[in-house]
Amino acid sequence: MESNLITEDKQKNKLEKAFEILKTMASKPSGLIGLTIVLFHVILALISPYIAPYDYKAISPNTMLLAPSAEHWFGTDSLGRDVFTRTILGGRTALTVTFFGSLIALLWGGLLGIFCGLVGGKIDDVVMRVVDAFLSIPWILAMLLIVSLLGTSTEVLIPALGFFYGKGIVRVARAATHDVIAKDFIVSARARGHSNMSIIWNEIIPNVRDAILVEGAMRWSWMLLGFSSLSFLGFGVSPPTPDWGLMISNARGLMSFAYWSVIAPIVGLSSLIIGINLTADAFAKALGIDRSTKAPV
Amino acid sequence: MSEIIESVKNLSIGFNSQKGKQISILRNVSTNIKKGETVGIVGESGSGKSTLALAMMGYIKQGLFPLKGECLFKSEDLLKMSSRQLEKIRGRKIAMIPQNAGQALTPNLKIGYQIDEALRLHTDLNKTERDKKISELLNKVRLPSPETMAFRYPHELSGGQQQRVAVAMALAGKPDLLLLDEPTTGLDVTTQAHVLELLRFIAKDTGTSMIYVSHDLGAIAQVSDRIVVMYAGEIVLEGPARKILKEPIHPYTYGLLKSIPKLSLAGLPASMPGSQPQPGSINEGCSFYDRCNLATDHCKKNTPDLEHIKELNTNVRCFNHNELINQNNNLQTSITKKSNNSEAIEVLKLKDVSISYAKQKFFDQLLNKISDQNPTVKDINIDIKKGETIALVGESGSGKSTILKSIAGLLKTKDGQIKFENDRILSSNLKMRNPNDLRAIQLIFQNPDESLNPNHTVEQILSQPLKLYFNLSGEELKKNIIDLLKKVRLGEFYMSRYPRQLSGGEKQRVAVARAFAAKPDIILCDEVTSALDVSVQAAVLNLLQQLKEDLGTTYVFVSHDLAVVRAISDRVAVLYQGRLCEIGPSQNVYKFPSHPYTEVLLGAVLEPDPDIKPKLVAEDIVEEKPPEKGCSFQGRCPRKIGDICNLEVPPWQIGENGNAIRCHINIDELASLQQ
Ligand SMILES: Nc1ncnc2c1ncn2[C@@H]1O[C@H](COP(=O)(O)OP(=O)(O)OP(=O)(O)O)[C@@H](O)[C@H]1O
Ligand code: SF4
Ligand code: SF4
Ligand SMILES: [Mg+2]
Repeated sequence: MESNLITEDKQKNKLEKAFEILKTMASKPSGLIGLTIVLFHVILALISPYIAPYDYKAISPNTMLLAPSAEHWFGTDSLGRDVFTRTILGGRTALTVTFFGSLIALLWGGLLGIFCGLVGGKIDDVVMRVVDAFLSIPWILAMLLIVSLLGTSTEVLIPALGFFYGKGIVRVARAATHDVIAKDFIVSARARGHSNMSIIWNEIIPNVRDAILVEGAMRWSWMLLGFSSLSFLGFGVSPPTPDWGLMISNARGLMSFAYWSVIAPIVGLSSLIIGINLTADAFAKALGIDRSTKAPV
Repeated sequence: MSEIIESVKNLSIGFNSQKGKQISILRNVSTNIKKGETVGIVGESGSGKSTLALAMMGYIKQGLFPLKGECLFKSEDLLKMSSRQLEKIRGRKIAMIPQNAGQALTPNLKIGYQIDEALRLHTDLNKTERDKKISELLNKVRLPSPETMAFRYPHELSGGQQQRVAVAMALAGKPDLLLLDEPTTGLDVTTQAHVLELLRFIAKDTGTSMIYVSHDLGAIAQVSDRIVVMYAGEIVLEGPARKILKEPIHPYTYGLLKSIPKLSLAGLPASMPGSQPQPGSINEGCSFYDRCNLATDHCKKNTPDLEHIKELNTNVRCFNHNELINQNNNLQTSITKKSNNSEAIEVLKLKDVSISYAKQKFFDQLLNKISDQNPTVKDINIDIKKGETIALVGESGSGKSTILKSIAGLLKTKDGQIKFENDRILSSNLKMRNPNDLRAIQLIFQNPDESLNPNHTVEQILSQPLKLYFNLSGEELKKNIIDLLKKVRLGEFYMSRYPRQLSGGEKQRVAVARAFAAKPDIILCDEVTSALDVSVQAAVLNLLQQLKEDLGTTYVFVSHDLAVVRAISDRVAVLYQGRLCEIGPSQNVYKFPSHPYTEVLLGAVLEPDPDIKPKLVAEDIVEEKPPEKGCSFQGRCPRKIGDICNLEVPPWQIGENGNAIRCHINIDELASLQQ
């Protein structure tokens, strides 16, 4: 009923549309909180190299395990490095790796899913089996294998994470494509004689894009958790790169007397995951998509 | 006067808009339901009929809330009851049958178990009593072999049988009031007629009061004692069914009745201009003012009240209703359409066309052969002349859409040929057809919600064929789009709208415009009006006819509605299970002698006239597959003459008035049988 009341006649350009979506997302408290958190983290990640008060890798035996003070806001860790510096730079690492990882997941997952949805039949069956088989290997073990063969540089981690987190996107993209190709407007375009490429580009992509993007946003928060667990286990980025998972893992044994070195990365990680989750939810609502995937936290 | 069981008093229901304004979708509705009475509530989509019906069982949809008024069931206000109290009433005192009963049944539970569940919930019977009651109920709704029915699953039943089960479940608690929301919409004509007949019988037999909500005046006419007509959230006319249908004294009801195509009339029904105002957009004056041809300046400023007319026993909301009293013989008129010249050349020929959905076997696939002895569609021979409208009629599953799809190249034919212009064979592979042939044959679909890309504006939708076929761009493209919109009577400002911002009728106009953008020779119309309200349907039919007269287009028009077909078509082909039964000029198909299947279809048509009752001659069973041998209609034929029908495909016979009939009964004998 409500949608019938829309009477605006002006065609909106893309920018205005994006702005409209943002506005809708921010109109609910949860969306606003999510957006604020994500924005805060992104800004911090962008400016962190310039505002970091210390060198993140400067080891100093004199300043080991200092409690928070005016000089070291979050204290120092067991090697005497400034925890505040390492926390804000750790956010930069996490965001960069998982952002590009998600992009890769979106790309291969989305494209393969759309492809499978389009061709259907035997090819679809076989591809989905292969994807399932590959991904039924516990991903942590697989990551261990990859990392031990290729090293722990971000050039390895990003595509590897992207690969493992694309599976869910394949499924969503495939289902969405399946729904769309049964619609009469596709039949109508086929009957007119449009080429397959033109049908995919004009009729299918615009109708599956939203569902795939929402799934991608969701996968991003899953990937953050996965990436940090990897680092925590020692298969992620290697020291001395500032990273939340590593920081938590290093400081774990010192919890009882140097709690500060572990609190900051935990707060950073969980707030970012929650923030992305809330944002993805609001994004889905603003686009009118009913999401069934549950959040990781 | 019999006892009133439910009474609605000054009920208004509304919602808060995004801007925080209170908008009512039901305004000041009052009505009474008496014991044993069936009340039909009729109105276009969005008129508030379902909201009213749901409120009558104390249910308000999420997002809506009552603004004022009450719903008194046996003098208790349902809208003030707690959900605990309502639970006691729903199912036991008031039961409801939804539109899609098949979906309301749990798929993995047997029918008997589900009815037992309802009995346990709504009665205090013990196990043996319940078992007896189950077969009693299944008997009452006249399901075939009720003893075995209880052990079946819902998917093993046809749509009509599922609807009967829903009725049985609703009757389990012996309700005083039965609410039916579009209970037969989406069912086949014959099934629909049978279900309505059952409901009428049950109302008589059990004395249950019924509220029957529908947009279909034909169905309402069959069951109702009294009719309530809703428009834009208000009651505009209310009274005894016969009076409302024969002497409608409100301009809206009058127009509505005139826009329904009737079997007895050739030619198109008159259409009512405009559409229902959106909720919240009515400020002052009569809500029907924009579309009313009796409107005066007085109506613009003043809002009419519901006025009781004693002589007619009706309530009417119109200042000028006096002008309509005794006007009503006018209801039986229609717009005559120009008939095409019969000497015209043939543009499209279907020759021995068979189509199969069967999966190809491996070897056949290699040889590119389809081996199906019993294909879905078989031996179709139709020659279509330039400029004519030929209709394909039949129940769901009769292969109408299948034939259209293969003409459009979307489905491969198994055997036979489709020839276009000068006997050129069209490839059954879409990719092999030349672009000009693709342009020349366009499709319009049943449901405009599905056939328009929701992510495209009207401009984008219409530019697709123009770009594809004529390579237009820039100013020229825009000019063409505006011309097309003008052709389908839509303004230029619709260009930037998305489908969701259009009404059903407007969407279908855009779909029509998209088909005409290709400057086609032939347009294939698949149930193009069945998703539309009658007044909108009449407008779309008139539009199609007008465009055809202007541009000389040929239509292949698929429909299950014989009255619509009568209105628009020049020639009719009747299909059963993918086989032709009868074909001929449309005025003749509606006269006897007819093929027995045509006779069944004609008998099941629901006319908005309480004096014309459907003639139910055949069972409303649904057949899964066409028979392997003999006449396609043998399974249901009420005139079957014996083994010959099972064994031999009947021959074509030409009747004296020119229609060809495929039946073993001699055509003269058929004529005398059907007198
Ligand atoms: N894709 C398909 N695969 C297998 N069988 C199909 C398919 N589409 C339709 N059929 C079957 O072919 C028969 C004819 O279907 P078709 O859609 O042509 O009927 P119709 O006359 O258009 O019916 P309706 O009035 O319901 O639209 C039906 O028995 C149907 O179940
Ligand atoms: S009150 Fe006026 S505008 Fe309204 S229905 Fe009657 S004549 Fe038409
Ligand atoms: S051939 Fe036999 S079964 Fe077929 S329509 Fe005629 S009488 Fe009925
Ligand atoms: Mg169909």
